[in-house]
Amino acid sequence: MYKIAVMGDWDSIYGFSALGLDTFRVEDNNAEQAVALLKKISASEYEVIYITEALAAAIPEEIEKYRTLPRPAIILIPGISGNTGEGLAAVKKSVEQAVGSDIIFGNN
Amino acid sequence: MAATNVNPTRMELTKLKRKLVTARRGHKLLKDKRDELMRQFLEMVRENKALREKVEAGIGSANRNFALARSLMSDEAVRVAFMAPKQKVSLEVDTKNIMSVDVPLYSFQTRTNDSNDIYSYGFAFTSADLDDAVKELSDILPDMLKLAETEKSCQLLAAEIEKTRRRVNALEHVMIPNMEESIKFITMKLDENERSSQSRLMKVKDMMLEEAHHYTEKAANTPVVTEEV
Repeated sequence: MYKIAVMGDWDSIYGFSALGLDTFRVEDNNAEQAVALLKKISASEYEVIYITEALAAAIPEEIEKYRTLPRPAIILIPGISGNTGEGLAAVKKSVEQAVGSDIIFGNN
Repeated sequence: MAATNVNPTRMELTKLKRKLVTARRGHKLLKDKRDELMRQFLEMVRENKALREKVEAGIGSANRNFALARSLMSDEAVRVAFMAPKQKVSLEVDTKNIMSVDVPLYSFQTRTNDSNDIYSYGFAFTSADLDDAVKELSDILPDMLKLAETEKSCQLLAAEIEKTRRRVNALEHVMIPNMEESIKFITMKLDENERSSQSRLMKVKDMMLEEAHHYTEKAANTPVVTEEV
């Protein structure tokens, strides 16, 4: 039995707690705290970890590390401050890695 | 080049030829694997893009409602409202094998079946926008999980494609040409050895015949008459 985690600033994530997902607060995009927390929860039973784009932008190397590992899945979601396009950029990166150039997203 | 540091022996040649056959077969297999992976990946990444746009729009509109609710309620009231969630989501993970890449399949279960259990608060002291926001999030949750599934699959497939492509290229542009060149080098060298021993034998034969029959001496002593035996 696995669980789902949501990481980010409180304003962006508190709604998910109502749905029954486990929320983990990291305020002010604190990179150190986020890295420690991500290590801790990815080692436990959390299989899917949603993280706000703003927080993910603070710890890109850490997110990158989990890309090719079979678990957990780290998925970027827009936070309260709006959509930064970081999430789609991650998809674009996969395409570039696989195909060699971006053929899905065109010029945007 | 690799051709210069191989032993020009028949054994080496046989070994290389066998290796070349294996390399060619491996190359073909890997190429097929790469093509199939690419096909699956492109399909999945299109889905990934569509899902992501949908989820981002859903979360965006939920966040707008949350912001509206926050403007009507105090921080404390919101905190209290979400303090004790009623619902609990648990995740089941299965894996699917796509061309030897294990991609995850997620399915989730909620602790209770009551769809109203997502509201962890009484309706009396909270804004209606909060209900809308929570409802919207709850509606988008299945898509969020689907997104997690496809996005992780895409990442894993992309890594595998990159690896496979590298292998295919290494075989096609380095290993196979090198082996072909080595084989050519050995064949030439062996042929050359063959010719040189052939001519040496002919020479030796001539010398031995000369010794036995003294052709040149006889030719010098006897007048020029065709000898018939």
